Amino acid sequence: MKRFKSFVLKEFRHIFRDVRTVIILFGIPVAQILIFGYVVTNEVKDAKIAVLDLSKDEMTIEITNKLTSSGYFLLVRNLNSEDEIEEIFRKGEAREVIIFEPEFSSNFVKYGKANLRIITDASDANSANMLTNYTSAIVRDYSFSQNKSSAVAGQILAQSRMQFNQNLEGSYMFVPGTMALILMLVSAMMTSISITREKETGTMEVLLVSPLKPAQIIIGKVIPYVILSFGNAISILILGYFVFGLPVNGPLGLLLAESLLFIMMALSLGIFISTISKSQQVAMFISMFALMLPTMLLSGFIFPIENMPEVLQWLCNVMPPKYYITIVKNIMLKGTGFEFVWFETLVLLGMTVFFILLSIYKFKIRLD
Amino acid sequence: MVEINNISKNYGKVKALDNVSFTVNTGELFGLIGPDGAGKTSLLRIITTLILANSGSVKVFGLDVVKDYKKIRNITGYMPGKFSLYQDLSVEENLSFFASVFGTTIQENYHLIKDIYVQIEPFKTRPAGKLSGGMKQKLALSCALIHKPEILVLDEPTTGVDAVSRKEFWAMLKNLKKIGITIIVSTPYMDEAALCDRVALIQQGKILDLDSPEGIINRNIQEIFEVSAKDMYRLKNDISSYENTQSVFLFGRVLHYSPKNESSAKDLEEYLKNKGHLNLKIEKGSPGIEDCFMKLMNTNG
Amino acid sequence: MAEKEIVISVKNLVKKFGAFEANKNLSFHVNKGEIFGFLGANGAGKTTAMKILCGLSAPTSGEISVAGYDVYAQREKIKRNIGYMSQKFSLYEDLTVMENIRFYAGIYGIKKNLIKTKALELLEKLHFLEMANTLIGSVPLGWKQKLAFSIAIIHKPEIVFLDEPTGGVDPVTRRQFWDLIYDASNRGITVFVTTHYMDEAEYCDRVCIMVDGRIDALDSPDNLKMQFNAANMDEVFIKLARNSDYEKV
Repeated sequence: MKRFKSFVLKEFRHIFRDVRTVIILFGIPVAQILIFGYVVTNEVKDAKIAVLDLSKDEMTIEITNKLTSSGYFLLVRNLNSEDEIEEIFRKGEAREVIIFEPEFSSNFVKYGKANLRIITDASDANSANMLTNYTSAIVRDYSFSQNKSSAVAGQILAQSRMQFNQNLEGSYMFVPGTMALILMLVSAMMTSISITREKETGTMEVLLVSPLKPAQIIIGKVIPYVILSFGNAISILILGYFVFGLPVNGPLGLLLAESLLFIMMALSLGIFISTISKSQQVAMFISMFALMLPTMLLSGFIFPIENMPEVLQWLCNVMPPKYYITIVKNIMLKGTGFEFVWFETLVLLGMTVFFILLSIYKFKIRLD
Repeated sequence: MVEINNISKNYGKVKALDNVSFTVNTGELFGLIGPDGAGKTSLLRIITTLILANSGSVKVFGLDVVKDYKKIRNITGYMPGKFSLYQDLSVEENLSFFASVFGTTIQENYHLIKDIYVQIEPFKTRPAGKLSGGMKQKLALSCALIHKPEILVLDEPTTGVDAVSRKEFWAMLKNLKKIGITIIVSTPYMDEAALCDRVALIQQGKILDLDSPEGIINRNIQEIFEVSAKDMYRLKNDISSYENTQSVFLFGRVLHYSPKNESSAKDLEEYLKNKGHLNLKIEKGSPGIEDCFMKLMNTNG
Repeated sequence: MAEKEIVISVKNLVKKFGAFEANKNLSFHVNKGEIFGFLGANGAGKTTAMKILCGLSAPTSGEISVAGYDVYAQREKIKRNIGYMSQKFSLYEDLTVMENIRFYAGIYGIKKNLIKTKALELLEKLHFLEMANTLIGSVPLGWKQKLAFSIAIIHKPEIVFLDEPTGGVDPVTRRQFWDLIYDASNRGITVFVTTHYMDEAEYCDRVCIMVDGRIDALDSPDNLKMQFNAANMDEVFIKLARNSDYEKV
C-alpha cells in the first residue's frame, strides 16, 4: 500500500509541476465551458426580427409584444410590404421576419384559426432553426392562453413545418457535449501521454524491473486523473449552474455516478492508446484524431445524429460520448432517473470493461 | 551467478545476438565491451527480464528469466542506457520514489548509497533534469542501489559523462563489488575494460573473446610498435602500403603497427627512412584491449 | 612563422540564457586547414558555442566571424560555407544511401548534372557502391557516420563542424573516420570537432578545453601535456576538470 501511495503522490507531482499540464487540466475546461456557453446562449438573445403586420389589430400587437418582451427577440423594423423582406435579410438587418395575415384577430375569432408566417434567414441553418422554434413556441403559448381566458377555441397556425421540440433547449445543449469532450480530453489524452512519457524517458524500464505489478503501475497512474477529471466534471456543473443558470433536474447522485463511469471508460481508452503508441507525440495524435474529433462531430454534440447518413449513424453508435451525452441530457434537462438511461449506462459499462481487458492484455510485463 | 546459454535475439531480419553463452560469477565485476549496435543492450535487457530471447536460456542466481521473472526483479538493480530519472522530480523525490517502489526507505539502506549520495545530497531539492551528467549518473546509481540488490546491471553508465565523473564512477563500482554485489556493466569505451575483473568483447551479436583483461591481451598478443614521425598522415599511408604490415592504427599521437609475421623493427625503419620521414621514432609498445578488439574484429569478419 | 589564414575568429563571445551564462567571454581563432578539437564535459558550453559558430543561434555579445562572415548579419552566407554533422542528427533513416546523398547535395546547391557523378565518387571512395540502394536505417552506425561526414563536405565547405561524430562507434571504424577527417583537412577543409574520446584529442592540431563556460586551456596536445605535466590528454583533462566549480560540493 505504501508503494502505491508514493506512486500516486509522484504522479500528482508530475502534474502540478508542469505548467502546461495544469493549464490543460484546469484552464481549458473553464475556458471551453465559457466559450461554448456564451456563443450558444447569445444565439437566442436579442435576435433581430422584423414584423410585417398586415392586420395591425389587438392580437397581432399583443403577439409582437410577447415576442419582444421574451428577451429572445429585438424588433428592429416594421415592414410595409413583402418586397422589403429580401432586402432586410440581404443587409443583415434582421434574421427573422414574422408576417401576420390581414384580419388576423377576426379570423381567429370567426373561424377559429389565424395564419402567420415565419421566415428566417436560412444562411445560418442552425440558428434559423432555433429562431423558428422559439417564435412558434411563444405564439403557441399565446394561443393557449387565449383559449383558456375566453370561450372561443381558436388556433393560430404558424406556417413553418418545424415542430417545437420540447427537449431542444438550445442554450443548455452545449453542457453535456462539453462535459463529454473535456472528460475525454483530460482522462484519455493525459493518461496516454503520461504513460508513454515514461516509456520515452526510459523510466518505464526501471518500473518494469521493479516488483511493482503492471496493474499497480496502471492504477497508480490513473488514480490522479480520476480524481482530477471528477473535479473537472463537478466544476463544469457548478459553472453551468451559476453562470448559465443551468438546472440539474434529475438526481445529482446519478449524474455524478454516470460521469465517473464515463471517466473510467475514457481512462481505460487512454491506457489502451498508451499501449499501442511508442511516443508522446503518437499518443497525442491518436487521442486527438481518434477521440476529440469524434467526440465533437459524431456524438450529437454539434451535429444532430438523426440528420447524418446511415453509415455515419452506425459509426456514432460505437462512440462512447454519444451515450454519455444522452445520459447527461436526460438527467439534467429532462429530469429522468435511472430507468430511462439504463441502456446507455450498460453500453458504457461494457465499453469500459472491454478497454480495460484489452489494455491488460496489451500492457506487457516486458518491453517488446 | 548468471548463466547465459545459447542466447539468440532477432529484431525482424536483424540478428542482435547470435548464440551467446557465458557465465558471470557471483561477486564479480563483469564488463560487456563493444560498440553501439553490438547487442549489449539486448543482452542486458534479457538478463533483467525486460525482453525475451528468441532462443536459449538465462539463469540469474538459479532463477529462470522467463519463469521466475518476478523474483529476479526483486533482487536486481538496473540502470538503463539513458539515466532513467524523473526529470521534474527533485533528487530526493526520485530516490525516495524508487525506494518505495521496492518497498524500502532511504534510511533503511542509506549505508549502501552513502558514499555516492553524499556527493549529490547538497543538491537534493534540485530537479533531476537540472543536474550535470555526472550527478545524474550518481543519482541513477543511487536509485538502482536503494533496494539492496544482489546483482547490479548497468547499461553504458559512463556514456556521455565527462572523464572525471567516469573515473569516480568506476571507483564507486569497485566499492560496491567489495560489499559483495555482482555487477554487470556495458561500455563502448575500450579503456574501461582494464577496470573489470573479466570482460566479454562483443561485436555484431557475437562474443569475440572473454577473459580477464590481461588474459585477453596475452592470448591475442601481437607485436606492437609505436611509430611516430613529423607527418603522421603520410606516415600512416606509407605503413599501410608496406608489404609486411598486418595492421596499422592511430593511437593518439602514435601509430600502432603490427607486422604480418615476425619481423624486426629495423626493416620498417629502413623502409620509412627511404620514404624520407623526419623525426621518425619506432618503439616497442604494449598492446591494450583496443588492439585486441581490432584484431579480433578483423579475424572475425 | 608564415602568416596563417584565420577562418574562425572569436572575440569576447558571451552567451546567456536568462541569468545563466553558458559561454563566458570566449576568445580564440581557428586556422585554415586545421583540425581543431573542442573538448569539455557535458554542460561545459561546447554545444552552445558550436551552434553560434554554425549560425544556428545568436550570441549575446562578442565579435565573431566564420569563413569571413559575420555571425550577426551574414548567417545565411555562413551556412552556405560550412558543413555540419552530429551524432544525433544526420541522415534520414527511411531514405536510401543514394537518396540521402542526392537530397543533401541538392540542398547544398550542387548542380543537378553534377550530383550523380559526385555521389558515385563519394560512394566509391567509401567502398559503399554496393550499398547505394540500402535504406540508411539498416546501415551499421559506423558506416552511417562515415557517410554522414562525406555528405557534410560534399559541397567543399570552408569549415566542417562535427559534434561527437564517433560516439559509440567501434574502434576500427572510429579510426577510419579519422582517416576521412585527415583527408579532408589535407584538402584544405578546416575541421572543428568535439569528442569524448581522449585519444582522439591527440589527433587534433590544437585542442581547446572548456570548463564551466570558460576556455581553460588551448594549445597543441603536445604543449598541453607539457604544460600540465601529463602523460596523455586524459590526464590533462582530469587535472583541468578538477577545477570545475559545477561539480564541486
